[in-house]
Amino acid sequence: MTGRSMISIEPVAVPGAPLARRNPVAKVAAALVFSFTLLATLDPVAPAIAIAVELAVLPLFGIRYGVLARRAWPLLVSAVGILVTLVLFASDRSGRVLLDAGPVLVTTGVLLTALGLILRVLAVALPGVIVFATTDPTDLADALIQNAKAPARFAIGALAAFRLVPLLGQEWQMISMARRARGVDAGRNPAAKLRLFASTAFALLVGAIRRGTRLAVAMDARGFDAGTPRTVARRQPFGPADGLLIAGAVALAGAALTVSVLLGTFRPLLG
Amino acid sequence: MEPAAGLGGVVSGVQLRGFGWRHAGRRAWAVRGVDLRVEAGERVLLLGPSGAGKSTLLSALAGLLPEDSGEQEGTVEIDGLDPRKGRERVGIVFQDPETQLVMARSGDDVAFGLENRGVPAGEIWPRVDEALRRVGFPYDRDRPTAALSGGEQQRLALAGALALRPGLLLLDEPTANLDPAGADLVRRAVAGALDADTTLILVEHRVAEALPLVDRVVVLEPGGGVRADGPPEAVFAAHGAALAAEGVWVPGHPVATRRGPAAPGELLLTADRLGLPPRLAPTDLVVRAGEALAVRGPNGAGKSTLALLLGGLLRPGAGRVTASAELAGPDHRTAPHRWRAPALARRIGSVFQDPEHQFVTSTVFDELALGPRRTGQPEAAVTETVAGLLDRLRLTRLAAANPYTLSGGEARRLSVATALATAPRLLICDEPTFGQDRRTWRELVDLFADLRDAGHGVVTVTHDPDFVAALADRTVTLERS
Amino acid sequence: MNHSDTNRWRTIDIVVASVIAVAFGVIFWAWGLVWSATEGAFAFFPPAQTLIYGVWLMPAVVGGLVIRKPGAALYCETVAAVLSALLGSQWAGTVIPQGIVQGLGAELAFAAFRYRSFRLPSAVVAGALTGLSAALFDFFVWNAEYDLADYRVPYALLTIVSATVIAGVGGWVLTRALANTGVLDRFPVARDRAAI
Ligand SMILES: Nc1ncnc2c1ncn2[C@@H]1O[C@H](COP(=O)(O)OP(=O)(O)OP(=O)(O)O)[C@@H](O)[C@H]1O
Ligand SMILES: Nc1ncnc2c1ncn2[C@@H]1O[C@H](COP(=O)(O)OP(=O)(O)OP(=O)(O)O)[C@@H](O)[C@H]1O
Ligand SMILES: [Mg+2]
Ligand SMILES: [Mg+2]
Repeated sequence: MTGRSMISIEPVAVPGAPLARRNPVAKVAAALVFSFTLLATLDPVAPAIAIAVELAVLPLFGIRYGVLARRAWPLLVSAVGILVTLVLFASDRSGRVLLDAGPVLVTTGVLLTALGLILRVLAVALPGVIVFATTDPTDLADALIQNAKAPARFAIGALAAFRLVPLLGQEWQMISMARRARGVDAGRNPAAKLRLFASTAFALLVGAIRRGTRLAVAMDARGFDAGTPRTVARRQPFGPADGLLIAGAVALAGAALTVSVLLGTFRPLLG
Repeated sequence: MEPAAGLGGVVSGVQLRGFGWRHAGRRAWAVRGVDLRVEAGERVLLLGPSGAGKSTLLSALAGLLPEDSGEQEGTVEIDGLDPRKGRERVGIVFQDPETQLVMARSGDDVAFGLENRGVPAGEIWPRVDEALRRVGFPYDRDRPTAALSGGEQQRLALAGALALRPGLLLLDEPTANLDPAGADLVRRAVAGALDADTTLILVEHRVAEALPLVDRVVVLEPGGGVRADGPPEAVFAAHGAALAAEGVWVPGHPVATRRGPAAPGELLLTADRLGLPPRLAPTDLVVRAGEALAVRGPNGAGKSTLALLLGGLLRPGAGRVTASAELAGPDHRTAPHRWRAPALARRIGSVFQDPEHQFVTSTVFDELALGPRRTGQPEAAVTETVAGLLDRLRLTRLAAANPYTLSGGEARRLSVATALATAPRLLICDEPTFGQDRRTWRELVDLFADLRDAGHGVVTVTHDPDFVAALADRTVTLERS
Repeated sequence: MNHSDTNRWRTIDIVVASVIAVAFGVIFWAWGLVWSATEGAFAFFPPAQTLIYGVWLMPAVVGGLVIRKPGAALYCETVAAVLSALLGSQWAGTVIPQGIVQGLGAELAFAAFRYRSFRLPSAVVAGALTGLSAALFDFFVWNAEYDLADYRVPYALLTIVSATVIAGVGGWVLTRALANTGVLDRFPVARDRAAI
């Protein structure tokens, strides 16, 4: 019970890896640029190149391949989902017919589209998985304030709430156990299970808001929002290497698209 | 000439004139008609029964009652200023350490207040280190706050307040859920960290432990005003007996003990090398009918984990829990954590460390009726059971209230009552007396003693030595693994 | 009772809005624990997701209804999205822009009422608009390759219906229930509650 049910927002990477150390804002910007460029195409070639790039830079972020596999396995499940949905609902059923059974009409065109979509989902999601696996929430908030000019009150308020995540995870278990102690369980009845889930979730929300109210008071007591301009204790430098990381992401994503265009496989999302 | 920001005023005298506050959404005043003057450098213990408005008064002094959250009467001044404007003069530490830590790393948390006050970056870390040293914080700055025990978190919160060099330090029950050793550490940290001219106002139910820190006692009257004010000996000599009757823990007014029958009854539950790594090391234990067993041990020793395992709510990671046929009837071959919930609730009642976790319905009445209904009692019997419990625990007036709106003492009584509603043979309670005033405390002791004398088994997890002395027939002490 | 109507966020507004978003993140995580079987079924047949799509949009509506300040709906849904990215959700980085788009829908609804009305009709419109923005995002970004009549249009419509019912009506009911517990006493929603 304890192992599987832990909830945590700690980074999982080896600290000190060359790219993991980059400014968090630079990392997030690079990931967003890379992902969004790839969203623009529906072909299999550009995402395949992108995935190769992503896997190649993984060691520079200090992430072991096994760790990535564990974080990203739900993506594989959704890959199967995409295949099933496409087999049933594809708009383009050109190509050689491989299987024809009533509504299920599988053609080479369908399979090619599926391959493209699955690679695209993986390629678009992986940069985010990599960045957030290597980024400490405190550093992210600091960098958002110092380098991205995010409003400090909001970034720090959100950060303080993120600190409650593991506590709320434990609280969920306490509430569930308390219900059992009161003679409430669902057995195998799905409707009862849903009701129990809803009432547990409600109790969690109430407790969370109560904590949030107390936390806000404690923050005010220490001069948060007193109107004095804040100073910063931890500097988040944004150096040339950070700019290079973003530029590199732009260049690599552009290269993947260019190859796809040159090979004639490029299919824009809109158009 | 010191600038006001960053360095608190050195003199912090407090002046209240006819002060009153009513929280939004309430008809009653939380505190009213208080006239009080505290000179700079005085050390004051603020007393009063639960609900007298002590916490509200401290919040007002810290400038933490915004105009939109209620209605004010009279005035509060710190060095002649409205506390909402002179907040940098005041530091406050609350009861619950978990909700006053803001950052994930210990050093960052102390630095948080300094950043807010605009202290120049170069001065921040030396001041953080100095504050941590003054409270005797044993780790380095990078220690995650989540990995600290309750006592260590409380010391860190104190460091966060002291780093701001407040002229007035306010402490609201800073040791309520700490083990005796941790509470002692925090008290010593307070004593050692105060400058000679720092004003201190302390709220604490357990008077005896707090007396060495103070030279003046102020007692709030629940209806409004100040009941007594002066040096501790004088106040307790003049009003001791009356205050004790109202719920104040007055030193030298012991509470009656309730010893159990000499010979306990049948075996109910056996724990055999029971553990859950890394939360609880293997533990052996037996629980008998007609016996009150106390479980003690430092913060983090695994007492709450043990209570959950005995209560059939967690699956053991090692060893096992066996229920006797006396307790389990036909189910005595299966472990309690495998029983269906209604059967479990009939046999073993559990009361959690945090009462709010336990509430399931939207009224006090339904809350008490839930267990009996789930275990299949007819409606007439349910109503009768509930009415009896409401009466016994002085909750009848609140039958229609939402459980989440109750005060701390009422919520604690209700959570105990919900476990009693199904008349379980074995009752397991986690910290039933923490933060309670003397009156609620005595009622709880009587309730548990009556149950034990009626042949039930009672297990209580507690840090409270008085409670152990008054009730327990046997004590098990867990060590930190 | 005097509730200032300024649009400036108090600390408690910021922290409670963040905490609402975070609590929903934890609830979604627990949903995965409790319903791991159905989770699999949803993943294997994505259209089924639309039935409960509204659940993911609740933070936007609840945040807007509780905080009642410009930006609340957008902020809550965005923080919820950042949290799922930090928790290593399967969509990682892309949930952030998606969350922003979804939050904008609800935000527009509250803005259309000029942040004055927070009754059931406003909540329903907020639910519908956040559903609409979510549906548009998916329509163009994720579902481009599916059949228009058989899949994309029904998917979008179901998303909007689910959002209207679950996020809109459900969010309103939830906010009322929260106010009744007394935890929202420092917010204007609690104004409707009788003093005790
Ligand atoms: N935020 C709040 N909203 C509404 N009512 C409140 C609030 N805080 C306190 N009260 C009420 O105000 C009264 C005084 O509460 P306060 O917390 O000041 O008491 P206290 O003397 O500190 O009690 P205890 O010893 O139990 O901590 C109580 O009736 C309480 O229910
Ligand atoms: N749900 C949980 N998941 C993981 N670890 C936990 C959980 N609950 C408690 N722990 C850890 O297990 C250890 C024992 O915790 P437990 O709450 O049983 O201690 P305790 O003796 O009751 O302490 P206290 O006196 O502070 O109440 C602690 O180190 C705690 O941090
Ligand atoms: Mg109090
Ligand atoms: Mg405990």
